Amino acid sequence: MNIRNKKDFGAGIMYMVFGLFFALNALNYKMGTAAKMGPGYFPFWLGALLTALGFFILLKSMSSKSDEESIGKWDWRIMIWISGSVALYGILLPTLGFLLSVIILVFISASASHEFNWKGSALNALFLVTFTYLAFVKGLNLQFPLYPAFLN
Amino acid sequence: MELLNNLSLGFETAFTLQNLMYCFIGCVLGTLIGVLPGLGPIATIAMLLPATYALPPIAALIMLAGIYYGSQYGGSTTAILLNIPGETSSVVTAIDGYQMAKRGRGGVALFTAGVGSFFAGCVATLMLAAFAAPLAEVAFKFGPAEYFSLMVLGLIGAVVLASGSLIKAIGMILLGLLLGLIGTDVNSGVARYSFDIPQLSDGIGFVCVAMGVFGFAEIMLNLEKKGTDETFLNKVTTLIPTWTDVKRMTPSILRGTTIGSILGILPGGGAALAAFGAYTVEKKSSKYSEEFGKGAIEGVAGPESANNAAAQTSFIPLLTLGIPPNAVMALMVGAMTIHNIQPGPQVMTSNPALFWGLIASMWIGNVMLILLNLPLIGIWVKLLKIPYRLLYPAILVFCCIGVYTVSNSVFDVFVTAGFGVIGYMFFKFGCEPAPLLLGFVLGPMMEENFRRALLLSRGDFTTFITRPLSLGLLVAAALLVVIVALPAIKKSRQEVFSEEL
Repeated sequence: MNIRNKKDFGAGIMYMVFGLFFALNALNYKMGTAAKMGPGYFPFWLGALLTALGFFILLKSMSSKSDEESIGKWDWRIMIWISGSVALYGILLPTLGFLLSVIILVFISASASHEFNWKGSALNALFLVTFTYLAFVKGLNLQFPLYPAFLN
Repeated sequence: MELLNNLSLGFETAFTLQNLMYCFIGCVLGTLIGVLPGLGPIATIAMLLPATYALPPIAALIMLAGIYYGSQYGGSTTAILLNIPGETSSVVTAIDGYQMAKRGRGGVALFTAGVGSFFAGCVATLMLAAFAAPLAEVAFKFGPAEYFSLMVLGLIGAVVLASGSLIKAIGMILLGLLLGLIGTDVNSGVARYSFDIPQLSDGIGFVCVAMGVFGFAEIMLNLEKKGTDETFLNKVTTLIPTWTDVKRMTPSILRGTTIGSILGILPGGGAALAAFGAYTVEKKSSKYSEEFGKGAIEGVAGPESANNAAAQTSFIPLLTLGIPPNAVMALMVGAMTIHNIQPGPQVMTSNPALFWGLIASMWIGNVMLILLNLPLIGIWVKLLKIPYRLLYPAILVFCCIGVYTVSNSVFDVFVTAGFGVIGYMFFKFGCEPAPLLLGFVLGPMMEENFRRALLLSRGDFTTFITRPLSLGLLVAAALLVVIVALPAIKKSRQEVFSEEL
């Protein structure tokens, strides 16, 4: 077995995983008939179609006729750092409040860059927290827990 | 006559102080994100959707539309002055525009782009006004079978005309359709794929998918490149073109406008494709074809007119049929549903002020943009000096705040973070996310019409091919696939899109 197109190979597997997930779970819902479809009918067939498509892409990626392509470097650090800082914002917001979570989000996400420096990020955080406070909380009147929960 | 009445109603609506203001804000924001590389209209509109909750629907839509066509204007500025296309639609502008700037004719290039865009915008607005009503008439004749087939055509069209691998794009559509089905099924009340998580029974937030897959994933990819922010700026001298310039650019602007207006209406069309199409036509038809790539004014005038015309005519399928032809229009569907407006032919009759007001605002927006862009170019250029290391945390902050406010729940923030990871994976596997977003929006609608069509035909699948309109739409979809699969077309399609990278 020789995987020539690694991008397509990955995509094929991904489609099959998603397709199987949706198709198999659709079996838990009522199928019904074409004339009287249950909630499982449409997702089951879509899922099956996606699985088949994924399998086809997978096979094609191993054919000797496909273009050779590699996935390229997978930068785990940046991926985890960016998504992680967002998730952390979600965790911190209810307890630490709007102002502190924004500052933390700016610092953590900024440190993912290879050009990170403390002074720039501090100024940026200060600017963003002021701007978002004025625009979203004061201007648009959106509701946030503003201060840390233990202060209330 | 009726057209005039409608347009005057539109201008009455658009000319209120509030709507003018939101039109202006939209245009400024659009220009801003167009200028800033690494921040596209999809991510921005997704980011600002929540901010429009508090606004009246018409103001919200006017502003969001302004962002979209404003970004087409802004994108050309950086393409010409820095050889950095702010948007994919201005990639081709960079080819000749930057060469012009290097020869000290950057001002003329900017002027050409501005005038071309303005002219195209005006024509496209008129087209929108003229074609919307008759098309909506057709749409009223549609039954569920026709709607289903129309959506098939729309989705197929979207992937055929988009770049990249056709079969992988179809996979993305299917995945998008499936993700759109998560949540409570309207017919049976069964919560599908929610796994007893109460927040999931309402389905995945549209904003979460758009921000995660476009906004966050884009940031990750930009950071990965580890580029530095040093840019070389060409001086902007005179804006005034010579008489020869005017003579050379006028036909190009006319051609670009025509091409853009047509390609914008097609499903999957839109600004980027129109610009590529117009550039190819200009290069083939110009008697100065040897100058292309070395600073031909036609290479700026044609594509710039085309991308702006297309940005505007792509509203036609959305407003008349309720089918978004591209990812930005899919976001507009989201915006309309948030404000309890069901996009489709009924908008025009049930909400004429909104419909014509939006159209009129586009013309006003075009006037604003030309006033905003040409004299203020210096200011926009300064914005380019904002380094990315300061910009992307700001994008993240706005996204987080925006996502949270959709339903005041941190659950949506987590979902968005998850889609950031998924989006990064898509890019690594070479899967384009735009079809996913289209599928996601159309998923529930498609299932509903599929179901109803088969209910009416008592489970007979031939209903889709025995009804002439439905058959026509499906045949058109099949033809598109066949045409693209032809070896000759396949090759030139790859050539066109390879320039995009």
